[in-house]
Amino acid sequence: MKTRLTYRADFWVEVVSDLLFQATNFIFIMVIFMHTDSLGGWNQNEVVFVYGFFMVPFGVFSCFVNLWGFSERYIVKGEMDRILTRPAHNLFQIFLENVDPPALMGSFIGIIIMAISGGNLGLPFEWWTIPALIILTLSAVAIYTGIYTTLTSLSFYSDAPTGILPLMYNIQTYGRYPVTIYNRAIQVLLTWIIPFAFVGVYPAALFLQRDEMTSLALMTPVVGAIFLGIGLLAWSYGVRRYKGAGS
Amino acid sequence: MLAYRINYYSGILIYSLNIGVNYFTWMAIYGNGDSLGGFTATQMTSYVAVSWMARAFYFNNLDREISTDIRDGSIAIQFIRPYNYVLVKMMQGLGEGMFRFLLFMIPGMVIAMLLFPVQLPTAPSAWAGFLVMLFFSFLINSQINIITGLSAFFVENNEGMMRMKRVIVDLFSGLIVPISLFPDWLSSVLKVLPFQAITYLPGSVFTGRVQGDGIWNVLGIQIVWFLALLIPIVWLYHAARQRLFVQGG
Repeated sequence: MKTRLTYRADFWVEVVSDLLFQATNFIFIMVIFMHTDSLGGWNQNEVVFVYGFFMVPFGVFSCFVNLWGFSERYIVKGEMDRILTRPAHNLFQIFLENVDPPALMGSFIGIIIMAISGGNLGLPFEWWTIPALIILTLSAVAIYTGIYTTLTSLSFYSDAPTGILPLMYNIQTYGRYPVTIYNRAIQVLLTWIIPFAFVGVYPAALFLQRDEMTSLALMTPVVGAIFLGIGLLAWSYGVRRYKGAGS
Repeated sequence: MLAYRINYYSGILIYSLNIGVNYFTWMAIYGNGDSLGGFTATQMTSYVAVSWMARAFYFNNLDREISTDIRDGSIAIQFIRPYNYVLVKMMQGLGEGMFRFLLFMIPGMVIAMLLFPVQLPTAPSAWAGFLVMLFFSFLINSQINIITGLSAFFVENNEGMMRMKRVIVDLFSGLIVPISLFPDWLSSVLKVLPFQAITYLPGSVFTGRVQGDGIWNVLGIQIVWFLALLIPIVWLYHAARQRLFVQGG
């Protein structure tokens, strides 16, 4: 973290390039709604709201759980050995070493976007809005962490699972849009197998008062707990199998 | 590269998935309408498939490779050698591109055609023309990568530049949204930038939106950009050599 802040210019460059990436997705949504009124029965403000919600847990996740390049850095270069000799929990140490503060900026923007589009929609601000937002965000972060920890622990067994992570990043984009536009197989995949619908559209539906998805939205913490559990199990099993680099 | 078998299979899957997400989103947008920005639903499906598959060929990491060479200093040795560094990089990129063409693009295209209603032209001349344009897409994209990579000579850390370049190329080349769907002011800006020559123009020709003389126009724009982008590369290359002497003492 200190080394990151040393280069102040880098910090801002990263913030700007992150935001630019999010901006392209917005341009996409804007352009779409220049040509249509609804996307699978959702209007522009609703779709923007879902995207705003999606940005919040994703920013938190990218800031605190950064497993990108784990295999190269920790397994190939042998840094995992150093981690294991210390008393603190190994996964926790790895998370701490890779904290990425610029990513949090996305979460703030996401909140602003939710506020604006929520205002346009005239969404009521209830007493439970803020607590629900916090709980759902943490649940979504747990889902991300579970999925990516599970995949990263594959690097204890295989040499090059690096291709799977970008694949996940792509599947993740499906969860940002109303899942009802996809065909049945993809909906099931996104809900129960790789539950990326639970980090975007389902929890956002709770605030949007989309009754058809409310029950799914309320299940988000359960799904989060299950997937985080799977991730931690896979990880500790992987660490036990780990024999050190090279020799 | 074949050693990384998982990467290969997942690569094909990534491209199919990207085509998938775009396909379903566009179909939801079309809903009941039959034409958007001059694209019919079928043309749009084909456009999405062709654009992503073209990307499988023209995409490369020359920017990252060059800036790594610069940062770890190995570029000094490469500059001494009796060949042109940029040209060699370009050739390496082309080699990788050919590999990706045979092992990514063709199988990916077959999968896409099985899954989605993609309609491709049948005339051999259209295919020949497309291959030529695809080659220029590769050249122009690689040139932009080389410029971004060489900039590492002058900027302390060009990581952010590389990330921005990637986002800009994907968006402004028409990969994510065809340029004719952008608001007028934006599409008129994009018409004077090189990015449209990478994806949008060849894709428009191949899906049959642009026909007849328009095809020569497209090829002309690609050639002009290829030549125009040589200027900053040559300039950067010479400036970089000068700078290297200064640093090396």
